[in-house]
Amino acid sequence: MEESCTLANSATACIAERQDSIQTAGTGRTRIHCTTDSLAGSVSQRACVFCGARVVLNPVTDAVHLVHGPIGCATYTMDIRGSLSSGSELFRTSFSTDMKEKDVIFGGEKKLAACIDELVAKYHPPAIFVYATCVSGMIGDDIVAVCKAASARHHTEVIPVESSGFISGNKVVGYRAAAEALLTLIRPKEGEIIEKTRKVNFLGEYNLAGEMWLARRYLAEMGIEINVAFTGDSTVAALKKAPSACLNLVQCTGSMHWVASNLERTFGTPYMDVNFFGPENTAESLRRIAAFYNDPAITERTEALIAREMKRIRPEIEKYRAKLRGKRAAIYLGGAYKAIAIIRQLRGLGMEIVLSGTQTGNVDEYENMSRILSEGTIIIDDANPAELEKFLLEKHVDVMIGGVKERFLAYKLGIGFVDHNHDRKDGLSGFSGAVRFAREVYVTTCSPVWKCLHTPVPGGNTHGQ
Amino acid sequence: MASEAAAQTPAQGRVKETNENQCNMCMPIGGVVAFKGIENAMVLIHGSQGCSTYMRLFNVEHFNEPVDIASSSLNEKQTIHGGEANLKKAMDNVIRVYQPKVLGILTTCLAETMGEDIDRIVASYIEEKKISGIDIVPVPTPSYSGTHAEGYWAAVRGIVAYYARPAQSHRRINVIVPNISPADLREIKRILGLMGLEYTLLPDISMTLDRPWGGKYQKIPPGGTPTAAIAEMTGAPVTIQFGSTCPDSLSPGKYLEDEYHVPLVNLPLPIGLGNMDLFMKTLHKISGNPVPDELVTERGWLMDAMADAHKYDADGVPAVYGEPELVYALTSTLAENGAMPAVIATGSKNSLLAERLIPLTEGADEPPVLIEEADFASIEDAAIRAGVNIAIGHSGGKMLSERHDIPLLRIGYPIHDRMGGQRILSAGYRGTLAFLDTFTNTLLNHKYATYRQKIKREFCTPEGM
Ligand code: SF4
Ligand code: SF4
Repeated sequence: MEESCTLANSATACIAERQDSIQTAGTGRTRIHCTTDSLAGSVSQRACVFCGARVVLNPVTDAVHLVHGPIGCATYTMDIRGSLSSGSELFRTSFSTDMKEKDVIFGGEKKLAACIDELVAKYHPPAIFVYATCVSGMIGDDIVAVCKAASARHHTEVIPVESSGFISGNKVVGYRAAAEALLTLIRPKEGEIIEKTRKVNFLGEYNLAGEMWLARRYLAEMGIEINVAFTGDSTVAALKKAPSACLNLVQCTGSMHWVASNLERTFGTPYMDVNFFGPENTAESLRRIAAFYNDPAITERTEALIAREMKRIRPEIEKYRAKLRGKRAAIYLGGAYKAIAIIRQLRGLGMEIVLSGTQTGNVDEYENMSRILSEGTIIIDDANPAELEKFLLEKHVDVMIGGVKERFLAYKLGIGFVDHNHDRKDGLSGFSGAVRFAREVYVTTCSPVWKCLHTPVPGGNTHGQ
Repeated sequence: MASEAAAQTPAQGRVKETNENQCNMCMPIGGVVAFKGIENAMVLIHGSQGCSTYMRLFNVEHFNEPVDIASSSLNEKQTIHGGEANLKKAMDNVIRVYQPKVLGILTTCLAETMGEDIDRIVASYIEEKKISGIDIVPVPTPSYSGTHAEGYWAAVRGIVAYYARPAQSHRRINVIVPNISPADLREIKRILGLMGLEYTLLPDISMTLDRPWGGKYQKIPPGGTPTAAIAEMTGAPVTIQFGSTCPDSLSPGKYLEDEYHVPLVNLPLPIGLGNMDLFMKTLHKISGNPVPDELVTERGWLMDAMADAHKYDADGVPAVYGEPELVYALTSTLAENGAMPAVIATGSKNSLLAERLIPLTEGADEPPVLIEEADFASIEDAAIRAGVNIAIGHSGGKMLSERHDIPLLRIGYPIHDRMGGQRILSAGYRGTLAFLDTFTNTLLNHKYATYRQKIKREFCTPEGM
């Protein structure tokens, strides 16, 4: 703990109550303080429950996603993910009930019902997800009842997502709300039996920049078919067939474990953790999937794929490793799952990790993280810009891996930056993604720009800045 | 697909209930920008965490700068018992970390719905903590009653009302601006300087939200309007306010006129030859100084460009959308170049836009469609019907390009999918010229890229025969 705030060159940069949220790997194994609400007044990087729910569900391509609240909540989450669709683009339209003062005073249920009616008439969607926001939650709109009535009226699925943002500032709660909505959607009708197949579901894969399609290609080569992904490039009909899978692959922590264990309980489908970030993780995951099928032909094809891909990417990764060896990296991401995968990837590139943190990690995840990090690495939960700045400078960081909000903080300090967020346009998963990732780290860490920024002003004027 | 379905809805106004693809943001984010233009100011939003995180995200992406916004992080408990304790704690923490001279407090819908009386809470906080040397300025911004444009004006007016007190008459004129780019502000300042005028520019984000590189992150970047100058705006000879569409109830200039008898000249933004001439005429009248050669030359260059481009521009069928003030200025610029917009839209309602547009659009060959409280579904629909071939506005209109191949000229706020939103220059003769060239070249780009195919299709395919 010594490392956290007492080190500050500007002690004011830290809020004393946040001390317990900052830790140093290898020192005292006190439990990190995390997953509580953000501290009032600190500039948290966290989003809200509703946002968490929306990022999980929004990739369901042919559904209407209706945000029940004042306009801003919808505006800020419009087209929120870089998820790609092979079919409908309806999910990219951001629908809002646009609550106005009178809805707040008299209740928004009527408005919500009217919006649902209108959307059914206009789009005939197979399902409508209705997201609660802080305000609709606060005024006590009964969205469950409105959705139920609308379902009956239109003979279509109208599913409430109980994601009132104020329940907590934490996206994890929203992931859970989304998970519940998904389970509601895939629950078979009374008496309906869904036959098992040899296919797998892929939970927690959102098809950002086509990453699901890449995984599908790998699996197809191995002889395994993806039934449906939760929720990248999924449709309502495909999701309803989720119980037919023989195995659920789970990527990303958050809520998907909860979904997977539910599916196991209800439909007897086993699940397995996979991780496609980094070549080693990808290879390991593919092997484990193959092992599940216990079929020598599958195993053989899998090994051939891994050998071929590894061989293909090795020289490229080597090229970047030579440039990046010994550089110092900081990681600050939404969830711990990704942070841990990236620690491994950066290590693979010969880099040193000096700071690692997340917005929503839990105690176990932080412990895991602490175990794999070397001594002295700062671990931080729900960081604010002041803290990030302090550690980036103290630790002489060369590159930061984070979300958009951190990008310009890094640039202002003359530090490289790699985006690893929901919005990415280039795939970073699988073997090809690993090369792409290495390249992204390289071009920013070793950019000639940083050198230029340190050239003195001609004529020696140092006051202009 | 949404576009096909959209074609079935009525031509004008938006779909009855649902807002489809939002064209505006919410009130507090406008207030944030206003406060960021005050010297030594920090801003704190009373409400749930998510809202302020989103507002940071949007601002960060638009300005390409770190933009810190604190939140009181209300959660479920406080929504029942009141958020007073949280807001006070938040003020404590923000003051400790940021040491601002000015602390703007804005509200989200949640706080407003809870009925939080921020004036009272702030007053009691100041008393309890014996706060001195920090001005805490509360401005209620319930989003269900306006857009970010109104939130901006409300905050500027709130700031003026907070500081204004009787002052000795002096020579500095007041210049009050809507939310325009730092580059536009710098151009306006240059022009005022060339005209030999002393002035108070309110607010002034020209340096706070567009920092030259300095190798450090500044918690509160230097720049912005000094509060001492705001206090003395009451003694100014005149107020120029680029707020021709701003209703009196939100107008800071009107406040100064009503309360302190500072004459108000409400002008359109100085974009376009006519609007810019109006600004120069006003400055000439106030200062008694002739328009300097430098500006006359720039005016000449603009006029020369207008002549050069007029035939290309005449092929433009624009849709213009965004904040009322910008929409008005762009409409008149386009009209004077022979490219009368076919669709004019704003997310606001109750602005004076409709009324101001009448003289501009009266004699038009094709009367434009005006949409207030617009969403992009209604804009898209009207644009298709009118054969729009160029869209002009913020990033929200990207779907027009994606779905209908209508090129989008990005201008206004927010621009989060292209570089340099903070640097777009369109004010002044120079800015207008830059805008006009971009407009013409966007049309030409599109034309040259498509005309061969188009003509070929017309004459060389069976359907075209
Ligand atoms: S609750 Fe209100 S203030 Fe918050 S994002 Fe939604 S519209 Fe904006
Ligand atoms: S009001 Fe709630 S749901 Fe809406 S953006 Fe704010 S925190 Fe999220």
